Amino acid sequence: MLAYLARRLLQSVLVLLGVSVIVFGLLHLTGDPTRLLLPLEAREEDVRQLRTLLGLDDPLWLQYVRFLSRAVRGDFGLSFKHQVPALGLILSTLPATLQLTVAGLSLALVVAVPVGILAALRRNSLLDAVCSVGVLLGQAMPVYWLGLLLILVFAVWLGWFPAAGRDGLRSFVLPACALGAFSMARIARLARSGMLEVLAQDYVRTARSAGVRAFVVTYKYALKNAAIPLVTVIGLEFGILLGGAVITETIFAWPGVGRLAVDAIFSRDYPLVQAIVAVLATLFVLINLAVDLVYTYLDPRIVYVRSAR
Amino acid sequence: MTEAAAVAPAPPALARARRRRVSFRAVFGVTVLLAMGSSALLAPRLAPWDPARQMLLKRLRPPAWEARGLREHPLGTDHLGRDILSRILYGGRISLLVGLSAVALAAGLGVTLGLWAGFFGGRADSIIMRIVDVFLAIPYILLAMGVVFALGPSLLNVILVMGATRWVQFARIVRADVLSIREREFVTGARARGNRSGRLLLRHVLPNALTPIIVVATLELAFMIIYESALSFLGLGVQPPTPTWGWMLADGRNYIATAWWLATFPGLAIMLTVLAVNLLGDWLRDTLDPRLKI
Repeated sequence: MLAYLARRLLQSVLVLLGVSVIVFGLLHLTGDPTRLLLPLEAREEDVRQLRTLLGLDDPLWLQYVRFLSRAVRGDFGLSFKHQVPALGLILSTLPATLQLTVAGLSLALVVAVPVGILAALRRNSLLDAVCSVGVLLGQAMPVYWLGLLLILVFAVWLGWFPAAGRDGLRSFVLPACALGAFSMARIARLARSGMLEVLAQDYVRTARSAGVRAFVVTYKYALKNAAIPLVTVIGLEFGILLGGAVITETIFAWPGVGRLAVDAIFSRDYPLVQAIVAVLATLFVLINLAVDLVYTYLDPRIVYVRSAR
Repeated sequence: MTEAAAVAPAPPALARARRRRVSFRAVFGVTVLLAMGSSALLAPRLAPWDPARQMLLKRLRPPAWEARGLREHPLGTDHLGRDILSRILYGGRISLLVGLSAVALAAGLGVTLGLWAGFFGGRADSIIMRIVDVFLAIPYILLAMGVVFALGPSLLNVILVMGATRWVQFARIVRADVLSIREREFVTGARARGNRSGRLLLRHVLPNALTPIIVVATLELAFMIIYESALSFLGLGVQPPTPTWGWMLADGRNYIATAWWLATFPGLAIMLTVLAVNLLGDWLRDTLDPRLKI
């Protein structure tokens, strides 16, 4: 277990190093970052001065090492636009995004897991059919369109919920629905197929034939085992939702990291973009690390399989 | 021969029945896709109007069946008086072109790296898989936005960025498949006959890994169509005046309270196309290899 933990940690560090390379590359993709910082009519010697100041004349690897050593300490430099540390800006908007993501994911889980399991238990019933159609529609609906439709129906026509902004619990409803819909579809589908698979296992049949009550078989034996693949998916799903928040926040004018990111990209605020990508990727890696650890707890076979390789 | 019989002992009657049953999913998927594909190809002939033509006197007209609707604009007009039906027909060209090209690029990259990682194993495998992890960790839409913005939002850049951020799926699935294929007897046999690695990979391993590749490619196409319109929606897709579904949605967003049809119809077009592709993908998976977990 300890060896697995160590290897998994090392892996996460390697992934984050990889992320840092890409994030570093992002700034240099633009060619000359000084051109972004200075007005077009800047004099040549101003450009040169800034280049020296920013250390852009140093060899690329040295620049990278410098970038990395700062990034590790949480220093991504000043945001071009806001002239405050990029990390501070992110930390002040991150709670809004996390709240929305957690709300979306919880909504998805609360709806999808019971529906998927019931659909599996009553295979080919009306509920199963409704579930399948819902899954198909949920997976085919782009989040920005769903968001617009939700605004149209529930904010414009019915006036039940606010169309934009983050103000009280009611303002969470529409963005969380829009954000969670896709995950809801995927999780419901996975819960259904996972449950069907488990119900077909020998131990379920054995338990049944041994006279264990149906309720216990379903909810104690089968459900526990069907939960295993769901847990990993939740980690991945969380990452997808963090990315999806970029769009949802734009539609609902939600004051989170996603909107900050879109704004940063359009104002060429590259330090801020770098910092946001790095922070979101780190969050994703940490969450998946946690998920993997939970996973080995739920299913001890995993450790042996992986270490055998 | 005897070995094949032992591996697949499915009762022939059942297998035949399964084959004969026409799948609703397949028929629906293929029909909608053919309709979408041909209307995109034939857009210049089918579209009643030039998609870029602005008729300011007829702006924001609702669909024909509404009170203020005009018969010559079946799905209404937008804020510049452009015909929505024509724009949807033309927009389909971009969606399908970008979607298909991006999937091809992602598949090319991902399959190559997945084959390499799975077949040669060792250090190459661990490096490639760590790169896969890196790409999984980065919110792809932010990366894509950053790169497209830096390079400029042209058709080619959009395709390149989309392909370059979505190859991981292919790499993962191909690697997993190759890991088991390379241990199979026909591969060992081919190697013993003196085939070199490159030939072995292309002639023996790749053909046996095609099923998951086809399935992933189909499901990814659905994803890419949504991805492309998301970039467009955020203002970083193929630039106007080329109509794209994502741009139309973004335009419609500003009129959501007054003119619902602006955002509704392009959204429906996206959903219908994605639904059809997904149905086809599901059907392909269940038909070609029901054990596949994608």
